[in-house]
Amino acid sequence: MSVAKEPVAVVGIGQTKHVAARKDVSIAGLVREAAQRALQDAELTWADIDAVVIGKAPDFFEGLMMPELYLADALGAVGKPMLRVHTAGSVGGSTALVASNLVASRVHRTVLTLAFEKQSESNAMWGLSLPIPFTQPLLAGAGGFFAPHVRAYMRRTGAPDTVGSLVAYKDRRNALKNPYAHLHEHDITLEKVQAAPMLWDPIRYSETCPSSDGACAMILTDRAGAARSPRPPAWMLGGAMRSEPTLFAGKDFVSPQAGKDCAADVYRQAGITDPRREIDAAEMYVPFSWYEPMWLENLGFADEGEGWKLTESGVTELDGDLPVNMSGGVLSTNPIGASGMIRFAEAALQVRGQAGEHQVDGARKVLGHAYGGGAQFFSMWLVGAEPPTS
Amino acid sequence: MREVAIVAFAQSDHLRTTDELSEVDMVMPVLHQVLAQTGLRTSDIGFTCSGSSDYLAGRAFSFTMTLDGVGAWPPISESHVEMDGAWAMYEAWVKLLTGEVDTALVYSYGKSSPGSVRDVLTRQLDPYYVAPLWPDAVALAALQAQALIDAGETDEPALAGVAVRSRESAAANSHAQVKGSVPQGDYLVRPLRKGDCPPVSDGAVAVILAAGDKARELCERPAWIRGMDHRIEAHSLGVRDLTDSPSTRLAAERAGAFERPVDTAELHAPFTSQEVVLRKALKLGDDVAVNPSGGALAANPLMAAGLLRLGEAAARIHRGESDRALAHATSGPCLQQNLVAVLEGDAQ
Repeated sequence: MSVAKEPVAVVGIGQTKHVAARKDVSIAGLVREAAQRALQDAELTWADIDAVVIGKAPDFFEGLMMPELYLADALGAVGKPMLRVHTAGSVGGSTALVASNLVASRVHRTVLTLAFEKQSESNAMWGLSLPIPFTQPLLAGAGGFFAPHVRAYMRRTGAPDTVGSLVAYKDRRNALKNPYAHLHEHDITLEKVQAAPMLWDPIRYSETCPSSDGACAMILTDRAGAARSPRPPAWMLGGAMRSEPTLFAGKDFVSPQAGKDCAADVYRQAGITDPRREIDAAEMYVPFSWYEPMWLENLGFADEGEGWKLTESGVTELDGDLPVNMSGGVLSTNPIGASGMIRFAEAALQVRGQAGEHQVDGARKVLGHAYGGGAQFFSMWLVGAEPPTS
Repeated sequence: MREVAIVAFAQSDHLRTTDELSEVDMVMPVLHQVLAQTGLRTSDIGFTCSGSSDYLAGRAFSFTMTLDGVGAWPPISESHVEMDGAWAMYEAWVKLLTGEVDTALVYSYGKSSPGSVRDVLTRQLDPYYVAPLWPDAVALAALQAQALIDAGETDEPALAGVAVRSRESAAANSHAQVKGSVPQGDYLVRPLRKGDCPPVSDGAVAVILAAGDKARELCERPAWIRGMDHRIEAHSLGVRDLTDSPSTRLAAERAGAFERPVDTAELHAPFTSQEVVLRKALKLGDDVAVNPSGGALAANPLMAAGLLRLGEAAARIHRGESDRALAHATSGPCLQQNLVAVLEGDAQ
């Protein structure tokens, strides 16, 4: 039995200026700032919101257990339903997808969804490094976990050592065009990126994400809500989540099956048969530079072993044929729990034509992508300038 | 609205300590049991959703490990809430309402024993103004109980009556932890005695949801979800009337609970005094069987105790012992956030 889903539109987007430490606001103040900006963008008020769905990465990052309880007031949720999603690094994307289901199922008409992290409240790297007796090999932060998989990709494809630095150089320059990005390295050069100290071989300091305080909010609504939108809405054309275990014999860390399956599901929903040709740009979760070519292959934008060639030839530059991380990406801004939602929101900004200096001309279909855990949790959506046809 | 039902329910025995078990060890048998009831395998399930808390596990991303208990290979469509499993079931129910999938596996678990739960739960409170004072969950519930007594809504003998009734009901529940004749004991925090408070429990729970004909195929008498809603209140206890639960009442209204009387109510009331608040908010008469499982006073595995209420209510319908049941779950200090579902069986 199949039920026709309500189309879902993004009509409001708000972000904070992401920085290393927002010492001027509380956690409640941080999330409220992003939510109010999203409401302003949609020209709606708190009273127009039926439900709130929030997401963030581990509660230990702020030392606040189940923060939805404390944040109910700040997010105008009193008397309303409030859900809290946590799917590791993919959570920002998953949170938006859970919110979208509330509209698609017609349980609610207009939903506020928000993701945040205030990493200055703690030390994320050690928060992710599990003590005895937990045995997961997350050694000295996420970089220690992912570096061997980057090395495996380099060996498997024969990609030149310099590809990672090209990604970092591109993303940090893109960030200069995004007023909300955390890192604004005005004097960046490729030589500086390549001369940075090695952190987790083969990942240099310049090729890893910062630790940020920030929040991102979106207003999702139904067809009637979209018709009242003062600015062009972004339409959800497909969305999916996939998970696989952290460790198992035969797991492909370089190109996880869950990522491939997730993308295939999104493309099926959106009627995409050739993502490289039919999708105009992508905001992908690239916390370490080499994940750009890795995800280009995993998401079907390039054949296996060929992703690095797209990066090297400039295809993923802002003025390239398939721009990737126009906002500067996770490499320039990483409030962990919010990073996935920022990808989803930046994809929506592009198809709404609201991305400002980092706008891709004529972007009609853009992918938002997030992943988390040991490259095991994936969430993605494809948004378009036109509503879904089916 | 699409017809969706709880078609299977399984739970662990709830225990004071489970030192020899990891969370995966605790969850996996329950998942196997609930799947076996329907004959489904993990790969047959359309959507999986779980609820748990890193603060109980004492480590970040604790839910990534229990995914091993599911056997997420080939990869599955899956999500997780850092909340009681009742809200995981809500997320799964909404997913089924979209029509994208026909079945969902929902599970949750909590190991409270490794830490001091009373201390751990203080970390839920406003981190700037309240948490630094470390007011614990029993102390906050005692404030609520005293407010009820001061308002003439209850007294200590009545609270003791709730405790006795719950533990006597639990005698028939093989999974319950505290059951039979249990003394009220000394005050933990006045006016709450030990008997007014829940045990510290480790445990796990799972349910399977299915839509329409799939539900009828998997279960002889599905527990149809006629409505489900949840609402949150202000966080600061100072701005709330602790003797009432407007969020429970509103959720019940939205779930259709007041359209016709229910015969059974499974209430997530960890403290005897909270049952008094919930009975009033839900307008439950004396003819309603409240917490025939024993409720959270008999077993209170945090993050699972709410989903247990949904499962227990559904199981009563599966067995033909109820035709229309209300299930309730709560989160936060003094019933800050509440979920209500109305379940029905087809005419017998």
